[in-house]
Amino acid sequence: MNELFGYIFIVVGISFDFFGCLGLVRLPDVYNRLQASTKCVTLGTSSILFGLFLFKGFSAAGIKALLCIVFLLLTAPVSAHALARGAHKSGVRLWENSVCDKYLEDTENE
Amino acid sequence: MKKSQIILFILSLLIWTFLTWPPDIQHIIVGILVAGLVSYLTGDLFVKRPHHFLSPARYLWFLYYIPVFIWECLKANIDVARRVVHPDLPINPGIVKVKTNLKSDTALTFLANSITLTPGTMSVDIIPEEGILYIHWIDVKDKDIQKASEIIVRRFEKILSKIFE
Repeated sequence: MNELFGYIFIVVGISFDFFGCLGLVRLPDVYNRLQASTKCVTLGTSSILFGLFLFKGFSAAGIKALLCIVFLLLTAPVSAHALARGAHKSGVRLWENSVCDKYLEDTENE
Repeated sequence: MKKSQIILFILSLLIWTFLTWPPDIQHIIVGILVAGLVSYLTGDLFVKRPHHFLSPARYLWFLYYIPVFIWECLKANIDVARRVVHPDLPINPGIVKVKTNLKSDTALTFLANSITLTPGTMSVDIIPEEGILYIHWIDVKDKDIQKASEIIVRRFEKILSKIFE
């Protein structure tokens, strides 16, 4: 039974990873691409690791997979945040059809 | 030993035990030595307000926060996947400004991380003194600071303020 659920989690994870990569190709600018890649890849990879945990149970590999999920959830958003902030600071502008850029307005006023 | 150092010692020993699972006596001895050294050196940096670790209500709220977070995370993924595979690419991006009442560093970090992993939003910059976050929103529904805060921040703010403030 656990193996079945493990397979389901791994397949779902791989398909989310695939959508993340597709977003990386299709979306127009840095920020939108970061959105797609961070969200999909974080949950996709966590899901693959959880599937691995279901296969292995509470063994050495299973526990490490769970730890990896925790570290991934803590660090992936931070790196996305750092990349987005760095891109904006070094002058990468938003896509031309974007609605508003409050950050640019505020940083230029200072 | 101060309280904050003891908390850090327990936490790092737990993580060490999980890393070297299954536990045996050699690993535990090395773990106690390493965790002791780390907590002695950096105890004050990691835990600023140790009394928060002793109240059980915070742990219960944290347990409640996990399913809420996973649900939002799942919605975010389906939302992004839908936008990506849609032939017209229905995006409407922009950076908006939101305001939060949270003050402590941990709470703000968790809020920014949660915002990044939930539907259509990603934190770009943060001004902790004024509680202002700049959010990149893939589908801008409202540019106004109040309404945007209402939509983006309120979901997590109440729970996070009960856990970390």
